[in-house]
Amino acid sequence: MTDIKIKIIDREGVLHEVDAPTDMNMNLMEVVRSYELAPEGTIGICGGMAMCASCQCYVNSDTDLPEKSDDEEAMLSEAFFVKDNSRLGCQIRITEDIEGLEVELAPEEA
Amino acid sequence: MIKTDILIIGAGPTGLFAVFEAGLLKLRCHLIDALTQPGGQCSEIYPKKPIYDIPGFPEVLAGELVDNLMEQIKPFQPGFTLGERAEKIDKLDDGTFVVTTNKGTKHHAPVVAIAGGLGSFEPRKPILTDLVKFEDKGIAYMIKDPEVYRNKRVLIAGGGDSALDWSIFLANVAEEVYLVHRRNEFRGALDSVEKVQELKNLGKIKLFTPAEVIELNGREQLENVVVKMSDTGKEITVYIDNFIPLFGLSPKLGPIADWGLEIEKNAIKVDNTLDYQTNVPGIYAIGDVNTYPGKLKLILCGFHEATLMCQSAYQRIHPNKKYVMKYTTVGGITGFDGSVKEAPKAVVKAID
Repeated sequence: MTDIKIKIIDREGVLHEVDAPTDMNMNLMEVVRSYELAPEGTIGICGGMAMCASCQCYVNSDTDLPEKSDDEEAMLSEAFFVKDNSRLGCQIRITEDIEGLEVELAPEEA
Repeated sequence: MIKTDILIIGAGPTGLFAVFEAGLLKLRCHLIDALTQPGGQCSEIYPKKPIYDIPGFPEVLAGELVDNLMEQIKPFQPGFTLGERAEKIDKLDDGTFVVTTNKGTKHHAPVVAIAGGLGSFEPRKPILTDLVKFEDKGIAYMIKDPEVYRNKRVLIAGGGDSALDWSIFLANVAEEVYLVHRRNEFRGALDSVEKVQELKNLGKIKLFTPAEVIELNGREQLENVVVKMSDTGKEITVYIDNFIPLFGLSPKLGPIADWGLEIEKNAIKVDNTLDYQTNVPGIYAIGDVNTYPGKLKLILCGFHEATLMCQSAYQRIHPNKKYVMKYTTVGGITGFDGSVKEAPKAVVKAID
């Protein structure tokens, strides 16, 4: 079992450095939920199907992430507060390759 | 006034299954849902996606699950108030409740079961200055009556099925149809995409992609919007009568949050040691909308919660009646419509 370190800036601007397990088939949105870094019901609303943008985050590190799928691309094209470094947390799998990832949660949609 | 035994708020899988369990206890149900079709998220968000953890179904599509539940509860003749959002609750002196929707429909019941999932689905609104000012003055988030747009200049924003389908439909109704989307690619059924392409070639739909509406202008009524092309940065003023942003729906707990119920983590706190009742006796919360220690937002957990809720509701409605749970295999199912389903009787016959 191996954990990796991830830095997450929550919606209040507070930085959290957390351990994320690579062996539990988790994604970044689930890590945020497991540490309760955003209130339940404000993140991961669709459950991780790339069908809402409640887990949108901005990637601040130059970590090499897998390409966006068509679904993620399409959802981000309809989301608000989107920047060039926007990703959906639910589409980022926790693997050893993303050790040191640093992200910032996008604001909650009104 | 609609009268029933258990008023269920939310017609998702948990709310639908509650009708079945209530029916076994000869209790009638009526459901309210903000969406225009039953099924909740299963119908609205992911009807074509498979679910693998419904006991007894190795794989079932969310839409199929809803169809099956509707079939299962049919004998118990549930009533539906669809396309209306439960807005207000009043407790009467006799301990019963009246729930009023946003359209003023009133429902009276001794028991209210909130099976509201993540809340009611509200249109996602783009972030634009003066958006609220022009609501109903040129801006709408849903198309209720397409005739409103006859011979009007309409601008639709969005890249999903509803943006495509309404652009196609309004192309033959409105004077001008503009479609604005942030990308060149659309996410929709292939034939809708092709149809829009065809109408664009015919000049019946004017397409702005990749582009975004960045400004709204007008005195009282909306008069024009500014569309910014994302690739060139060029800004174009488009004179229109109507702007329809179609960015899908997102759930909001909404007015239920103000019903005096204890809320924690955007969910309603219930007594999970007994019957999923809230802090207000007679109001229950079941399925994804509730929370308690160890809560899991799973359809199968919602089914269990609905079942226990119905037993408690029965005792509340009939405090002096004795009752024990019966297996459907033993008792069969007698619908309010007179239909009877029961296990075939074993043959008792001597063999010579």
